[in-house]
Amino acid sequence: MANNVAADKMIEKIKFSLFSPDMVRKMSAAKISVPDTYNEDGYPIDGGLVDQRMGVIDPGLKCKTCGGKIRSCPGHFAHIELVRPVIHPEFAKVIHFLLKATCEKCHRLLIPKKQAEEFAAALEEEETSGDIISSIKKVGACPYCGAKQADVKFEKPTTFVVGEKQLLPTDVRDMLAEIPDGDMKLLGFDPAFARPEWVVLTALMVPPVTVRPSITLETGERSEDDLTHKLVDIMRINQRLEANINAGAPQLIIEDLWELLQYHVTTYFNNETAGIPPARHRSGRPLKTLLQRLKGKEGRFRYNLSGKRVNFSARTVISPDPMISINEVGVPVKVAEELSVPVKVTPWNIEECKKMVLRTEFPLVNYVIRPDAKRKKVTEKSRQELSDTLEVGCTIERQLGDGDIVLFNRQPSLHRISIMAHRVRIMPGQSFRLNLAVTPPYNADFDGDEMNLHVPQTEEAQVEAEVLMKVQGQIISPRHGHAIIKGQEDHVSGAFFLTRDGVTYDKRGACDVLAIAGITELPKPDMTEGGKERWSGKLLFSQLLPKGLDLEYKSKLGEAVKIRNGLLVSGTIESKGFENELIERIARKFGPDAARGFVDDATKISLYAISRHGFSVSLENYTLPDAAMKRIADICENAKKEVDGLVMQYKKRTLERLPGRSLKETLEERIMEVLSKARNACGKVVEESLGMTNTSILMAKIGARGSLLNAIQMGAMVGQQAVRSKRIYRGYKKRPLLHYKRGDIGAEARGFVISSFTKGLTPEEFFFHSMGGRESLVNTAIRTARSGYMQRRLINALQDLVVQEDRSVRDSRGTMVEFVYGGDGLDPMKVSKELVAEMLTSPERE
Amino acid sequence: MVKRKDVMIDVGEAVGIVAAQSIGEPGTQMTMRTFHYAGVAEQVPTGLPRLIEIVDARREPKKPLMNIYLAKAFRDEEKAKAVAEAIEEVSLRKIAHVVEDFEKKEVYVRLDPQLMGYEGMGIGDVMAIIKKSEIGKAEQQGENVIMLKPKAGSLKAIRRSTEKLRDLHLKGVKGLSKALVTRDEKGEIFIRTAGSNVSEILKLKEVDPARVYTNNIKEVDAVFGIEAARNAIVFEANQVLEMQKLDVDRRHLNVLADAMCMDGQVKSVGRHGLSGQKASILARAAFEETIKHLINAAIKGEEDRLVGVTENIIVGQYIPVGTGIVKLAMQRKK
Repeated sequence: MANNVAADKMIEKIKFSLFSPDMVRKMSAAKISVPDTYNEDGYPIDGGLVDQRMGVIDPGLKCKTCGGKIRSCPGHFAHIELVRPVIHPEFAKVIHFLLKATCEKCHRLLIPKKQAEEFAAALEEEETSGDIISSIKKVGACPYCGAKQADVKFEKPTTFVVGEKQLLPTDVRDMLAEIPDGDMKLLGFDPAFARPEWVVLTALMVPPVTVRPSITLETGERSEDDLTHKLVDIMRINQRLEANINAGAPQLIIEDLWELLQYHVTTYFNNETAGIPPARHRSGRPLKTLLQRLKGKEGRFRYNLSGKRVNFSARTVISPDPMISINEVGVPVKVAEELSVPVKVTPWNIEECKKMVLRTEFPLVNYVIRPDAKRKKVTEKSRQELSDTLEVGCTIERQLGDGDIVLFNRQPSLHRISIMAHRVRIMPGQSFRLNLAVTPPYNADFDGDEMNLHVPQTEEAQVEAEVLMKVQGQIISPRHGHAIIKGQEDHVSGAFFLTRDGVTYDKRGACDVLAIAGITELPKPDMTEGGKERWSGKLLFSQLLPKGLDLEYKSKLGEAVKIRNGLLVSGTIESKGFENELIERIARKFGPDAARGFVDDATKISLYAISRHGFSVSLENYTLPDAAMKRIADICENAKKEVDGLVMQYKKRTLERLPGRSLKETLEERIMEVLSKARNACGKVVEESLGMTNTSILMAKIGARGSLLNAIQMGAMVGQQAVRSKRIYRGYKKRPLLHYKRGDIGAEARGFVISSFTKGLTPEEFFFHSMGGRESLVNTAIRTARSGYMQRRLINALQDLVVQEDRSVRDSRGTMVEFVYGGDGLDPMKVSKELVAEMLTSPERE
Repeated sequence: MVKRKDVMIDVGEAVGIVAAQSIGEPGTQMTMRTFHYAGVAEQVPTGLPRLIEIVDARREPKKPLMNIYLAKAFRDEEKAKAVAEAIEEVSLRKIAHVVEDFEKKEVYVRLDPQLMGYEGMGIGDVMAIIKKSEIGKAEQQGENVIMLKPKAGSLKAIRRSTEKLRDLHLKGVKGLSKALVTRDEKGEIFIRTAGSNVSEILKLKEVDPARVYTNNIKEVDAVFGIEAARNAIVFEANQVLEMQKLDVDRRHLNVLADAMCMDGQVKSVGRHGLSGQKASILARAAFEETIKHLINAAIKGEEDRLVGVTENIIVGQYIPVGTGIVKLAMQRKK
């Protein structure tokens, strides 16, 4: 490993510890002595809070410690000598525990020697300090010096009281300092790195200015960082305290100032400490101090460390393009001009690179990076010179061009297929273009969605993206092992029209269909009509299927679909066939590239077929014939009567109770049953009177779009509205709306909507419908938040689980989670239930 | 013919993350509606709330339930009903009004003779149980009233004894507040109960012990052990997803359940369980309770060995997953 450069730079581990006051002083580049920042000339004051020994943030100045400039100096810590020690507020709880656990006289741990030895032995074997803590509580007097122990009370945030006496930070410090190292070890502390007295601060570390840069407003005024403000406060009080002590001020005044100092230090660490008012900015906004910087979603850890910002990325609106492949992405020229790919200049491509640098039209070279890491912008003027001086070892940054690999992403990135690798296709316009079939994994639509694009900058990254993340490799979702990149909506309708029985094309038509998919070979006609050669839609569709594909399944319409050696023999393609049977089977048997080709071509010719056929919906689709309307009215009438009958029975108490339910519950249940039956009956009527010639019904049946319910609600009746899965009952006293009599529990008074959407809802119905609508709206909002948090927790809990060389699943500690992944070691993306069954029954089992 | 080695999971695959995503992603599509088990329990959580409940590894689900199949000899309506009645818990509040008299420092139990008749209990039975409970001194007053004098005289103590009396267990199995005879899809008779108490139910000879079901995962752990609990997690999670018609591969659920049961006890997903007990300080700090973890790490002088995913992202190194675990070293020519 000695020669491995990458390994040398790796961080192996990070040790956490406390700083001792000595260490703070040793590390310190400057002792802060002036509670101020800049002098009148706007120059940093020596010994002030922006002392130049701490580093610089102003351009032009040099760091007095390392000589670095604005970017090269990392910043150096300084310190403040506190005249009186103060307690670090975040460790107050720890201090309280230690004070309780140790003798107030001899400062030994309050457990008998013998027991302590036992614990020490146990500690050797495994890390546990839980038992010790519980055994301490039982002790009343010190087993070493016999001193009786008074209760130590902790008054938030930083005060301790022993018996009646309030402890000063100095007392606390002295007590903690006396606890022997051995006892600390028993408590789980590491005294070599964290002596307890160090949590009582005597020297306060001051972070470098780079951590708390001031900003200059347009007016030229300087605005200091919140931390600097707080440090100024601390310095001021510290100085006043010192002055008072030196002047021999009364103890009372000194203690007041001391407490004030403690307050400032407390808020400097955590401005949300319970029990004290937060320090505020002049404007009244609470200051953001150290803890607030780290904590929470917008804190350092989650915002800056777990998530990192990148260059070479772009974002814009997406729009559909059915003619590009699913693994392509249309990139606007404007975007391509900004994004670049680095190309290393080698003896083999140097001539090409020189030519590239000289180009004056679109795929330009933006920058040339010289071997000495100097970055030169390619401009009108510099072009010739840069091209001439180009040498091996340079890197050129050329603009993004056709065929480059990029990562494409839509947020929220709920699963790994929310980011996939596409090939670039430069296009005019302002939006990213993507194929409609690749929409489901991103969950994208085109109502204004924006997506992000990233350009991998090293060959390693490009290759990895292509091998692992390319779109065709993700056709089958790892979630369930079924196709997720698939034809949808009009693709399904189109395929249906194309492959329906009796659909034939003449020579010209057949050529047109095939040409769309780029097929130039016309198969032999399989039909004749009036003596002329005809090509069936099934035959044309079959041209897309790979030879050797055999398939038999039952379609959504109940038809048997048969494919023999890549020929659709019988049956019609609908959504089930398109998605699962075909795409999945092709992907598994013939590989991702074949599947990609199939999805590309099948969607294209389906769209061609549907546009030739013509397809639309209108009000007409939902207008039922009079006879049907009459039947629906009858159904409603009967249902209402039936409900009234039930209500009568209920009122007379003759209604038969369902087991385990009250009479009221029984009634509600029965009514709901009657009404949903009524709607279903309407559905039958709708289905019968509209039938498969109706585009809306057809789409529902073949699984292209919508459901029968949509058609029912539009054409026949909307049906019962519900809030919390119950009929609507809230509102006024004993009635949801004033339009009904009190105590009316009939169908209409409780939110049964008889009207259809085409007919229009009555005001009361509209109101009930809105109530139901509001509930689902609220539910969606709550659900997204809750499920988002659940997913965050799941990911955090499971993220370290990885398949090892031996195919077992272990976490980062090496703890075994599964001996064989999933129980069978198979990849859900690569197997289906059928495949597993096939493998199990196969005679040549391994 | 497919070869097993061609469909095996790849070494280095981040199966944990894939599982988490596969379970989490459909979360947005899940409903929040509750389910109604006729006559037994209302508002049984399904969908997202139930899934969260499973993942949280609560001690008890919001609505614990049991399905109890019966031993061969009891598989008819009559006998099943008798069993259901026998196991349904009857507490004092079910058959009596319990009122307190603060002035006299007495509690009166006014029994309802009709309800008592339903449950087949007489005042003598109740009396015996109250006496045994040692809440206080009890004596019968009149036909259907029992007077009880609590031991302690403070108002608080009286109130506490009243509560205790109301919850006093008279008969049946503790925790089973309702028991109803129903039939499953195959027409087989079984008892569904609200509340769950597996260990008691298993003691009954009327019960087919092989088919006792509870939705309480922690109880499964306590009674049958960790392997059963793991299976219960998979089963419950799968049921939730199936009910929503969401397709998630079983292997993902297996990973989740195995991780939750990794070290012998059911641990929750979240800050009190798996995430909170991780080895890495940085990973814990990045999840929740940032400060707490940093402070503790400092006083204990803890080390972060940077072996997990988050830690390495934080320090800006390759993550030990997928191609990140492959290490190549080149020997330089001398």
